[in-house]
Amino acid sequence: MATSFTVNGKAATTDAPPATPLLWVIREGLKLTGTKFGCGTGLCGACMVHIDGKRAYSCQTQVSEIAGKSVTTIEGLSPDSSHPLQKAWLAEHVPQCGYCQSGQIMSAADLLKQKPKPTRDEIVEHMNTNICRCGTYQRIVRAVERAARES
Amino acid sequence: MNKPLKHPTALSRRQVMIGAAGLSFAFALPGRAGASALAAARSGKALSPWVSIASDGTIMIMSAATEMGQGSMTSLPLVLAEELDADWSKVKIVTAPAVEAIYGNPGFQGMMYTAGSNAVTSYYGPLRIFGAQVRRVLLDNAAKTLGVPVDELTTEPSLVVHSKSGRRLSYGEIAATAEVPAKAPEIKPDQLKKAKDFRLITKDVMRVELPGKVNGTARYSIDLHVPNMLYGTVLRAPVEGSVPDKIDEAKAKAIAGVVRIVRLPYGVGTLAETPWAAFEARRALTQSVTWTRTGTAWGFDSDKGIERFAADAKNPARMSTEWSRIGDPRAQMPKAASTLEAEYRCDYAYHAQMEPLNAIASVSPAGDAVEIWAGTQSQTTATEAPAKILGISKDKVKLHDMLMGGGFGRRGNRDVDFIIDAVLMSKEAGRPVKVMWTREDDFANGRFRPISAHALKAGFDPSGKLSTWQHRIAVDRVGAYMDPVRYQAAGGKDFIAMLGADLKGYDVPHQLVEQLYRDTGVRTNPLRGISFIANRFATESFVDEIARKRGIDPVAYHLDLLKGTPRAIKVVERVVQMAEWGKKREGRALGFAYLDYSGSQVAGIAEISLNRTNGEIKVHNFWCTIDCGVAVQPDNVVAQQESSIVYGLGVALTEVITIKNGAVEQSNFYDYHVPRMKDVPAMHIEVIQTDNHPTGAGQMATPLVAPAIAGAVAELTGVRLRHTPFTPDRVKKALG
Repeated sequence: MATSFTVNGKAATTDAPPATPLLWVIREGLKLTGTKFGCGTGLCGACMVHIDGKRAYSCQTQVSEIAGKSVTTIEGLSPDSSHPLQKAWLAEHVPQCGYCQSGQIMSAADLLKQKPKPTRDEIVEHMNTNICRCGTYQRIVRAVERAARES
Repeated sequence: MNKPLKHPTALSRRQVMIGAAGLSFAFALPGRAGASALAAARSGKALSPWVSIASDGTIMIMSAATEMGQGSMTSLPLVLAEELDADWSKVKIVTAPAVEAIYGNPGFQGMMYTAGSNAVTSYYGPLRIFGAQVRRVLLDNAAKTLGVPVDELTTEPSLVVHSKSGRRLSYGEIAATAEVPAKAPEIKPDQLKKAKDFRLITKDVMRVELPGKVNGTARYSIDLHVPNMLYGTVLRAPVEGSVPDKIDEAKAKAIAGVVRIVRLPYGVGTLAETPWAAFEARRALTQSVTWTRTGTAWGFDSDKGIERFAADAKNPARMSTEWSRIGDPRAQMPKAASTLEAEYRCDYAYHAQMEPLNAIASVSPAGDAVEIWAGTQSQTTATEAPAKILGISKDKVKLHDMLMGGGFGRRGNRDVDFIIDAVLMSKEAGRPVKVMWTREDDFANGRFRPISAHALKAGFDPSGKLSTWQHRIAVDRVGAYMDPVRYQAAGGKDFIAMLGADLKGYDVPHQLVEQLYRDTGVRTNPLRGISFIANRFATESFVDEIARKRGIDPVAYHLDLLKGTPRAIKVVERVVQMAEWGKKREGRALGFAYLDYSGSQVAGIAEISLNRTNGEIKVHNFWCTIDCGVAVQPDNVVAQQESSIVYGLGVALTEVITIKNGAVEQSNFYDYHVPRMKDVPAMHIEVIQTDNHPTGAGQMATPLVAPAIAGAVAELTGVRLRHTPFTPDRVKKALG
């Protein structure tokens, strides 16, 4: 049975079994590989996307749950890396290996949508879901603060 | 006219290593046809195996190191571009093919291997020469075109300038008609740029691969799709050396999309049309495969193992081998007026690179060639091991080395386990296969930082001066397991287990470091900070302990021991200033550590508080200074220290792998705790630029963290923590 939803504003369908995690549909079916596989258990945040405007672990979201919903991935955050967070991420030279950063940026975008001017504590609380093994946390905080300031 | 070389890989390593002859040979190599064979992706005129310039001015520079977030993909080409006087905005970077004779790392006997934070250290000199040689060729060609003596010409970024006449030629224009000499021009060291003239080195540029890392376009091997590709997983034996015995395929094969179950020499593979089907099949197999009880680690429990290691390290009757010696410690220790002894321990730790290991391989139908896409720290092992297992020559292995979602030492082992998975599965499938490890696989088949137990003894002369030092280390072997080839080449010395044990820079006249070689059968690898983490935890903690026992300020004590090492003193004095060492803090305390890591001077101070009820240590601030000589990319050096500190924090406080009956007990991030944003202190890093040859930056602060925290806990409570990680349970137990 095909499931229909939208990804980055475009219609999409998948005939993957209903229990398949959205992550694999996005990455291997739709070939939007900016969303990453990290732990498969909702513990690291590398797979973070937005579903109907709120952040969600795509590895913990089954295909059966997304019918009719709107999914945004890092590729759909902006057409040209012009989202204030993407600009701030480069200005602060945040990424190292970069593997977790799509998920970090999607988490941060969700925060700024809820709270355009978060405090440092609110940033830390919100971003604690996302692991960065390169330890870029200090720069992530700076980048979120910069994006909040400059947007 | 120079003859193109047909088989560049047949060159002996010696030819590359012999300096000028090797360089000129490498330079002459691309004469006409060779260079395009070396790098199909390049366009324009090949002026050296490292550089080609297109007529539109685009400059292609080869990147010989692999990129795992440390920045070498930018900093190495930048060094070459500096001497070439290239316009950096016109530079395109191309990953170098696995041709060791040209691109090998002089720091690893010419092997292509990115590890040990030595890429800039090892390539800095050669790349400057290569850049200067190409610039010289451009100048010579321009002189001919303009009909002027070459010494009337100068360069500006990507331009040759004849100031007398005001004429200018762009590098692109020159390259279009340039003739490349058969022999590379000789460049003397005094013809290289002076530091004051640097435009790129020591200035920060945007790392080349960063823009793709904020919009999802950066490509790791796990992101690639090859036509007609299948997905695979591998269920491995719980213990290294075991092989599958009985396999009941029924449940796994019944899953929709599963193509085949494959018996491998060391595990059971699943082949499927989708990744999820492959993962589901792997899950179904976990209860359907039995394993032979072959292999060393069966019956091994790490909690009992570390007790045995500690007892052996302490017991002088247990045989050891001498690792290093200064003076006459064996004769001097018995004569000491007083002595002090201490013991330290370290547990297994896991790399936890964020990208679970994976690779894509496409074995040709005849089995006589293979194409591989993988993130690897070594292009050499990533091509040699597949060639060996397929029984083909190395030049039949085409490697695409991709960005790595973290390396930390996990991706350089000689047998490249995660690549061989894909090679064997593709051979079985007769199609390209992407093999992905689950996070659980990545844990279960992890290759860990080894366990170690350290027995230390200090001998003092009648005046109280530390005169004799003995350090006995019982440590699980690493080198012999992770890279037998390099281990043999190193004369059977286990550098990956023992480096950092020596008291480099300290004024202690008699020193002895001994190794008690242990082989538990547990899989091990270098891990960021390698053995410096364990060995400096022991040595720096002991120096701190000695100072406190003698009622001396630990920093003052260090400065006295380091008095013959001015560069060390500078980093120590500066970090002390930054942290306001000596200033009392309510409920908090400071601890200090210093390290000479492959020549880089690093010092760190941790500020901590401690919850005595639950045993949790909180690190509030960490100050760090580093002198790594010429810091090619200063902000990146800062970033690498931040990163190193966070990594060290996990290994110091929370990260522990335990082994039960030979198997790994942890399986994902719920039972293995890496630092998250809440755990991270405010980090204050200062790079002290000096004109020394550049030394490592990628992991230097990691070993400072545990001893600095332990020192701070001792300052706050008087209690010495002796076993990393300092988990809350251990802290509570130590506090009593």
